[in-house]
Amino acid sequence: MKEQAMTPAKISVKNTTFTYGDGTQALKNINLDIRPNELFVLFGPSRSGKTTLMRLMNRLSDLIDDTTREGEILFNGQDVFGRRTDITDLRRRVSMVFAIPTPLPGSIYDNMTYGLRMAGIRDKAVIDERVERGLQQAAIWDEVKDRLDSSAFALSGGQKQRLCLARSLALEPEVILLDNPTSGLDPISTATVERSLYELKQTYTIIMVPHSVQQAARVADRAAFMLNGELVEVGTQQELFLNPHDKRTEDYITGRFG
Amino acid sequence: MTRQQSQQLAIWVITAVSAIVVIPILIVILYMLYNGISTISWEFISQPPRNGMTEGGIFPALLGTIFLTLGTAVAAIPLGVGAAIYLAEYAGDNRLTRAIRLAIVNLAGIPSIVYGLFGLGMFVLFLNYGTSILAGSLTLGLMTLPVIISTAEEAILSVPQEFRIVSLSLGATRWQTIRNQVLPHALPGIITGVILGLGRAAGETAPILFTVAAFYLPNLPKSIFDQSMALPYHLYVIATQVPGMPLGIQYGTALILLFIVLSLTLVATLIRSTMRRRREW
Repeated sequence: MKEQAMTPAKISVKNTTFTYGDGTQALKNINLDIRPNELFVLFGPSRSGKTTLMRLMNRLSDLIDDTTREGEILFNGQDVFGRRTDITDLRRRVSMVFAIPTPLPGSIYDNMTYGLRMAGIRDKAVIDERVERGLQQAAIWDEVKDRLDSSAFALSGGQKQRLCLARSLALEPEVILLDNPTSGLDPISTATVERSLYELKQTYTIIMVPHSVQQAARVADRAAFMLNGELVEVGTQQELFLNPHDKRTEDYITGRFG
Repeated sequence: MTRQQSQQLAIWVITAVSAIVVIPILIVILYMLYNGISTISWEFISQPPRNGMTEGGIFPALLGTIFLTLGTAVAAIPLGVGAAIYLAEYAGDNRLTRAIRLAIVNLAGIPSIVYGLFGLGMFVLFLNYGTSILAGSLTLGLMTLPVIISTAEEAILSVPQEFRIVSLSLGATRWQTIRNQVLPHALPGIITGVILGLGRAAGETAPILFTVAAFYLPNLPKSIFDQSMALPYHLYVIATQVPGMPLGIQYGTALILLFIVLSLTLVATLIRSTMRRRREW
């Protein structure tokens, strides 16, 4: 508790309830603090609200019609749904990497520079430096450095996934939202991505939906277990995976349902 | 009858139906070629009609149709594509947009003579453009709008939603997303729709009847406020209004008009297929 008081939360979710147009209550009164430079894992069965919660953090939820929302989400202490929020700036600082890797049509280089160009950055030296660093941080630089001009669609699934991560990193965000970054990856690529997560959290705050409970336990600094739109339990890796308080968390972790 | 036999029968029926559709078109084209091809020469295309139109060429009418088609493009493309972008990207589903869509569907169903009369009332008389290329282009443009709007909207909606979401998630504004991710990929479809619409406009008679078309003009139009001859109307005139008109000239004129419309359609098809092949996703 003492530590929490000292470091202000990077993202703070307060009393947040979110309902879709069809009446599905995706989030029920969520309260959650994410601290700077931690790897925070949101896990739980499908349709428990993990992705919805992540999409609220950079307001990608705006793209869905007919939703209702209560509560507030603070990023660096500012309500992201406040009137003064510059949404494009927010999305550059809280960057989402989707579960299904989706390159934009064009070359690898085009993909890497898209966000920068849209932000109005024209300086080629700056852009090239960000491209290289992003690709290196996502552990894909060596594989693509000689073919930056070839189509992003020609990459393998795992490479696309890392390219999409690199594309976000090129924006130098503060928070990265990773929705199942190892979906469809082989164990070797998964290990590569998990290793780079450790490097990344030195610089960024990472919020991640894991591929499995095992992965959650491997990579998390802290984690939250979600079920049917409720936040069941939040804790450090030790607390949550070795000594869960809630019966439902224990049942899920030990594989009794899921 | 066994299953194989009924299958065989179905294939025969479907083939026959297709042939019934295609054969008359082929006959019309071949018949026109047979009767008109000998008339067509460089003189026929580049000379004005002479001697009460019973001799000479069709140059003023051809030029008029080209001007009108360009004018239609200028009038209809910005409005049509703009409306399509609005409907596909910005407008939600509410009473206003449903009314707009209903209006567009109805516009497409209005007989072309009604467009002609509207053009007469609106552009020629009320806005006082007179019988002119401007009035004719605007009338044709209006008639072409529904085709352009609906094909362009369809093309825009066919761009995968993921591209929009990814673009927005990388900090692009909505307009940047449309400009950089949606329109480039929708362009082949939009161009196809525009050309098909223009092809139809190029061949229409009724909308230009009261708004621009002249029976015979000794001089070429000098500005958009001048009257002009136009191929479809010229064809109508020489086929029905001029006694002793040589058949060769009539069929030749029809062939040229058909050629213009068919080549526009062909260009549209080519653009669509090449751009589709080049597409990466």
